[in-house]
Amino acid sequence: MTPALRRQVFLAAAAVAGALLLWGLTGLPDYGVYNGPYGDVLNRVAVAERSATNVVAAVTFDYRGVDTMGEEYILFAAVLGVAILLRAQRDEHEEAPDEDAADRHAPATSNAVRIVGLTLVGPVVLFGLYLVVHGHLTPGGGFQGGVVLATAALLVYLSGEYVTLRRVSPELVTDVAESVGAAAYVGIGLLGVAAGTAFLANVLPLGQPGQLLSAGTIPPINAAVGLEVAGGFVLLLSEFLEQTLVIRRPGEVT
Amino acid sequence: MIVLEVTVFLLVAAAGTAVVLTRDPLNQAIVASFYGLILGIMFFVYQAPDVALSQITVGAVALPLMILLALAKVRALEGSRRRKDEDR
Amino acid sequence: MLQFLPYMVAAWLLLVGLYGIVTSRNLVHAIICLSVAQSSTYILLLSVGFERGGTAPIFLDVPVGTRAVDPVVGALTLTDVVVGATVSALLLALAVQAHKHHGTLDPDRFGKERD
Repeated sequence: MTPALRRQVFLAAAAVAGALLLWGLTGLPDYGVYNGPYGDVLNRVAVAERSATNVVAAVTFDYRGVDTMGEEYILFAAVLGVAILLRAQRDEHEEAPDEDAADRHAPATSNAVRIVGLTLVGPVVLFGLYLVVHGHLTPGGGFQGGVVLATAALLVYLSGEYVTLRRVSPELVTDVAESVGAAAYVGIGLLGVAAGTAFLANVLPLGQPGQLLSAGTIPPINAAVGLEVAGGFVLLLSEFLEQTLVIRRPGEVT
Repeated sequence: MIVLEVTVFLLVAAAGTAVVLTRDPLNQAIVASFYGLILGIMFFVYQAPDVALSQITVGAVALPLMILLALAKVRALEGSRRRKDEDR
Repeated sequence: MLQFLPYMVAAWLLLVGLYGIVTSRNLVHAIICLSVAQSSTYILLLSVGFERGGTAPIFLDVPVGTRAVDPVVGALTLTDVVVGATVSALLLALAVQAHKHHGTLDPDRFGKERD
């Protein structure tokens, strides 16, 4: 099927699909008017029931905690898949990282980038930890904080070299961190089973809404998810960098 | 408020179209980063700060970063392949 | 007309993303178009839960009972965003490996060029 023919077929099908979509979507209630009861009930009830002022975090990690566990494991499996796909193949070998590749015309990292990058690593780590720890009070949580923490690792690479990144986050540490984070989620869920109620039930003491130590199991789950997401993204980053800078095929010069 | 919403929606549609119409992946990574930022702004207009945080960190930083890294590896492979063909 | 604008934007983004995948000549371009198509679902989810005049569902400094937007769709979307990016990373790793085996990122030329 030639590309032109493929485009024609797609445009015809897209016209039909677009018409059906519009017909279906205009049957939805008007935008800006929310009449579903579930959201209103949760907004009114969640703060009193779970002592968590961030209702979205309460929904993610408590009311619909099993969904989030599944999503976290999709993340885990995807990182596992990347690690498997980008491992050194049988006919490849690892060399010392070559930052000055033969066909890279990139200038050496300027001092401005180095200074700004290194200065920002501390605040970014602090901000990521703040997001993770305050997830049940203000917007944030394990997912957002974990990605921000991984960005700190990226800053370390940008202001240094690949060996600097490896020294700051050795492979064993990121592997263990990610796995511990993923297992801790299930572990906290099993606390509920051990206490006699359902899996992932909120069994830790709830405390006062607005306090840092409140909302029962939500802060530990936030920490576990933050650990897992941060470890996962740092692992992704280092796998891709390792492919580009370290692993060589036979005959590959750069 | 209505004007803000309409503007943001139209910007999102235009940015999404721009991402698709940019054919070169290297340029597309930058346009995708901009698209992620516009989506983050739209999520703010939607009064969903959690989602906006996620989108800004992931869509404007992590995703274009991985695209650039994949492209760097592909370029290294193509460079070596070209050199191997020239040596033959 | 305004009441359907977000739904139309979501439908448009989905179709534009699919168009990009169908007419793509580079695997990395197709993967980015896939992420554009995924983002249309975020827009649809959040539009369904939006309440005009409502505030964010965070009750740290506003009293409980003020009108707020739906928290459930926000919860669904925020995990979706992070996981979608990770799956795109997996697809990019697949594209790198495909390039190693076929020598090209053009999906139309797979099978015609052998390394």
